[in-house]
Amino acid sequence: MHITLEFGGGLELLCDSVKIHNVDVELKKGLEKLTMKDLLAWVRTNLIKERPEMFMKGDTVRPGVLVLVNDCDWELSGQLETTLQEKDVVVFISTLHGG
Amino acid sequence: MESNGDDAARIVAELETLKSAKSDIDSRIRALEAQLRDLKLQKPPVSANGSCHSGGSAGGSAPAHGLSSDMIYRYSRHLLLSSFGVQGQSKLVKSSILVVGAGGLGAPALMYLAASGVGRLGIVDHDVVELNNMHRQVIHTEAFIGQPKVKSAAAACRSINSSIQVVEHQEALRTSNAIEIMSQYDIVVDATDNAPSRYMISDCCVVLGKPLVSGAALGLEGQLTVYNYNGGPCYRCLFPTPPPATACQRCSDNGVLGVVPGIVGCLQALEAIKIASAIGEPLSGRMLLLDALSARVRIVKIRGRSIHCEVCGENTTFTKEQFKNFDYENFTQSPLSAAPLKLNLLSEESRISSSEFKEKVTKGEPYVLIDVRPGHHFKIVSLPNAMNIPLSTLEGRLPEISSALKEEEHRRSSESSESPIVGLYVMCRRGNDSQRAVQLLQSMGFPSAKDIVGGLEGWAREVDPDLPTY
Ligand SMILES: [Zn+2]
Repeated sequence: MHITLEFGGGLELLCDSVKIHNVDVELKKGLEKLTMKDLLAWVRTNLIKERPEMFMKGDTVRPGVLVLVNDCDWELSGQLETTLQEKDVVVFISTLHGG
Repeated sequence: MESNGDDAARIVAELETLKSAKSDIDSRIRALEAQLRDLKLQKPPVSANGSCHSGGSAGGSAPAHGLSSDMIYRYSRHLLLSSFGVQGQSKLVKSSILVVGAGGLGAPALMYLAASGVGRLGIVDHDVVELNNMHRQVIHTEAFIGQPKVKSAAAACRSINSSIQVVEHQEALRTSNAIEIMSQYDIVVDATDNAPSRYMISDCCVVLGKPLVSGAALGLEGQLTVYNYNGGPCYRCLFPTPPPATACQRCSDNGVLGVVPGIVGCLQALEAIKIASAIGEPLSGRMLLLDALSARVRIVKIRGRSIHCEVCGENTTFTKEQFKNFDYENFTQSPLSAAPLKLNLLSEESRISSSEFKEKVTKGEPYVLIDVRPGHHFKIVSLPNAMNIPLSTLEGRLPEISSALKEEEHRRSSESSESPIVGLYVMCRRGNDSQRAVQLLQSMGFPSAKDIVGGLEGWAREVDPDLPTY
């Protein structure tokens, strides 16, 4: 499944400072859909190059990270249970505090 | 040399005297100008203007919208906007807005809010203006370096628009004073620079029922949204658990392109004006994300008010008392003021002050100096003979340190008969990363590694005041 992933607010530093990743995520055998839970595990294994604790806590993102599926807070689509479609855009953004 | 020093002292003293006289004169001028303007405003209009049917009392009376002729002229371009007009402007001149933080975000926000005619504009800040603020905090001028930001910002606002009321709150916002200060205003603009302040200001806005225009900027990115307004979320609905302190980057460590907080601060002024004048659709339930480097702005939909929120939720009662007793620094594990962290990870014998290190260098003792700052920091300024090995790469570059030590030992033993002991010293910007590096080195076969206390900043304080700091 083709997905566009974007990292911002400093999270890109965890994946070689690259902000946009166009990726193909293979569905696990026997499964018909890809959920955010699956995608997070995939991102952690395949994209996060350092300090994974700055991206995840347990099986979800760490506090202070907003997850947007097609420009919409994942809280509104079921968080980890959100089902992804072909060509979805998923953004991970760390909240900023500076000024 | 001495007479040089005397001359400098004399000039500094005279400059101080002149500056203080100048500031007294400036404030007297402003006060007189304001007085004069008030006198003119109180005077009834000289001749009734033809199109205004206002009841025909002798000498004419002000139109129903309450805007004086000075105001009509000053804000004419606002009044000409059909979607804003006299309605929008009269609401604005009757509104009060508090801007917390007169820094990179607060600077443009305050200037536009003052210019647009917000009736009462409050400024909270406890900091003083510094030279390294000037690239982004465009409200301050060089003449105010060393003076409180509140004074500087208020003077700028008054010089832009002397017809509004500017209120100075020259103190840090804390749970002990936040309710008293914030309750005096209709709208709050969060232009602060740290996580605990953001939670504290949002919670206080919930307690007082005030809309909060929240902006943030770092590096080349910005974020903006309106909290606690029109069924939208509060800060805690969105971020119920604070991020780890290590995830809270600061402009003083990570840098920020000046214009980026400028853009976000302008957008904060815009949202505050929209709320105050009741026009348009405020950015509530949505968040604006700015990526300046790729010139992209994204507006995303965020969750609404959470019924489970610990502060604004359905069954929660977060009272003023609870607010006053809440420990935001403990909650977020980071300080309310932007003072840099001071770690103390090492034992005394693993540390050395910069003056002691300087002594060893002067005596000609053999050493290897590792600077563990990132490469782009090292390029700004570094000590002679320092080797740059950024902390993040240290573990993989230990062989380079071993060979540097061997090389120095070899070089020295060819100069004298004794076999020298080569010291291994580590430094960084402020002396935190160098301690982390020494811990790592000591556990990886370099037991004699020492940290130079206070880093380059310490060196500039104790040894060489001419060393540039940043
Ligand atoms: Zn809430």
